[in-house]
Amino acid sequence: MAQRVLDDLAARFGDAVQTRSEHGDEIVVVSRDRLVDVATYLRDAPDLAFDAPVFATVIDWLGQGKEPRFEAVWGLRSSQHYHRIQIRVPLDEDDLRVPSLSGLWKGFGWPEREAFDMYGVRYDGHGDLRRILLYEEFVGHPLRKDYPKEKRQPLVRRDGANE
Amino acid sequence: MSTVQTYVLGQKNAADLDAEQELPAELMTINMGPSHPAMHGTIRMVLQIDGERVVDADVQPGYLHRCFEKESEYATYTQIFPYTDRLNYVSPMLNNVGFALAVEKLLGIETPERCQYIRVIIGEMSRITDHLTCIGASAMEVGAFTAFLYLLKAREWFYELLEELSGARLTHSYVRIGGVARDLTADFDPKLRDLLNRTEGVLAEVETLLTNNRIFRQRMEGVSVVSRDDAIAWGFTGPLGRASGLDYDVRKDYPYLVYDRVEFDVPVGEHGDCFDRYLVRMEEMRQSIRILRQCLDQIRPGPICVDDLRVTLPDKSEVYNTIEAMIAHFKLIVDGIRVPPGQTYSFTEGGNGELGFFVIADGTGRPYKVHVRSPCFIALQALPSMIRGALISDIIPTFGMINMIGGECDR
Repeated sequence: MAQRVLDDLAARFGDAVQTRSEHGDEIVVVSRDRLVDVATYLRDAPDLAFDAPVFATVIDWLGQGKEPRFEAVWGLRSSQHYHRIQIRVPLDEDDLRVPSLSGLWKGFGWPEREAFDMYGVRYDGHGDLRRILLYEEFVGHPLRKDYPKEKRQPLVRRDGANE
Repeated sequence: MSTVQTYVLGQKNAADLDAEQELPAELMTINMGPSHPAMHGTIRMVLQIDGERVVDADVQPGYLHRCFEKESEYATYTQIFPYTDRLNYVSPMLNNVGFALAVEKLLGIETPERCQYIRVIIGEMSRITDHLTCIGASAMEVGAFTAFLYLLKAREWFYELLEELSGARLTHSYVRIGGVARDLTADFDPKLRDLLNRTEGVLAEVETLLTNNRIFRQRMEGVSVVSRDDAIAWGFTGPLGRASGLDYDVRKDYPYLVYDRVEFDVPVGEHGDCFDRYLVRMEEMRQSIRILRQCLDQIRPGPICVDDLRVTLPDKSEVYNTIEAMIAHFKLIVDGIRVPPGQTYSFTEGGNGELGFFVIADGTGRPYKVHVRSPCFIALQALPSMIRGALISDIIPTFGMINMIGGECDR
């Protein structure tokens, strides 16, 4: 069932997408500039109809010998056809921007904010991209691999009085 | 000498007051929470209100800083179980099971049949405690304190039995990768059956207290209606999605463990309001009781863990007497279970809906990344749109029925 989705995508978008399956998960890797096209197609094509957002996160591949370092992930589900897919976009460390999918699925609003908070990926066009679990003054992004686990930060005041 | 008028109105006289009767046009900003009696945990809402009416809301889930995802990267797969307990602390067993299934998927192992039944049993017991807490707390927040006490009484029975089984009242950490920590206690079966009968009595009692209670209904009915399409677009799952008419239950649509061998119905609401969310949860508890009875009838004696030294700790008598078992024991404790490189998104039906674990393994005994898809975090983001235009008092049942769990919203 879901393999058909991947074949459909490969036929339609050609080299712009790479598809694979891993442990029962269907994954489509797409470049940043084609993300919105692919996502819109996934949502609107009646055979695919991925109407429900599932989760969004970012993978930090630091130290795993992978290029580029980051990968943004979105999980989707179809409430009609019961199939699932993951969209992934590789992201360069120097240019951590990616189009937001919260305009297509409003349920990605908070997950993308959380990914921004934890990994520092900027979702263009999000509309309300603020930190969500940490306070505004927090420095750095704690779920990155190079953020030390033992590091502590006192609440830094906006005026820098206790820096 | 002061007149009665100045006593009542202070320095003002009646004519001045009439001029001030016109309410100010600008909106008022108020903070609701954190630690507001009706806001569980660290959540805060910044409300823009026009009189009693909510014009806009900014919901801030707050932070507990338990750091589940970061800590998981530094812990062996076995050590993560106590962390999963604390994700949703009213249904820890469901989180235990969800995480174990994710890692087992990466390992490519299937647990023995008896273990699968045990996991379904403890999972459904946890689902009942989850719903009992949710309905109890929400009923209390709209003023029905008796119902709260009745429901918590039943929850206590379940906690007692789960404590007997796992040794801990709230943070059970009972599931292991490849199995469960220990077999069911000798008198588990009769105790659970007795418990289910008594719980059915409690549910009937609460039903008479709440379902046709005029105050309860008026606080719940027609409040924060979410349509089916909106529920899908927000990513609602579980009781919240089902109350909006979204017929989706992981146990039915993507069966795991032995859910395909038991019969149960998935209740679906029509209106998508708070009252339907309450009704769906009540019915789900009855269905869970039904599943539990079938599991007790079907479960057979057998092993509770996979027989694989790479995953399961060997028997203590062997550890003390054979070198192979001792090496295996050391390897599992010091290095952890070595999971082959790979990644998976594994999901189960948690108390609040689809509970997903996105796990990446790099071949060592510790995961490279763990991301948890927590159902109430996803649902909570719809809260501003659910309460926009409602009264302040409507926030209480709406928030209660989302069943926000601080631990689950945290990372």
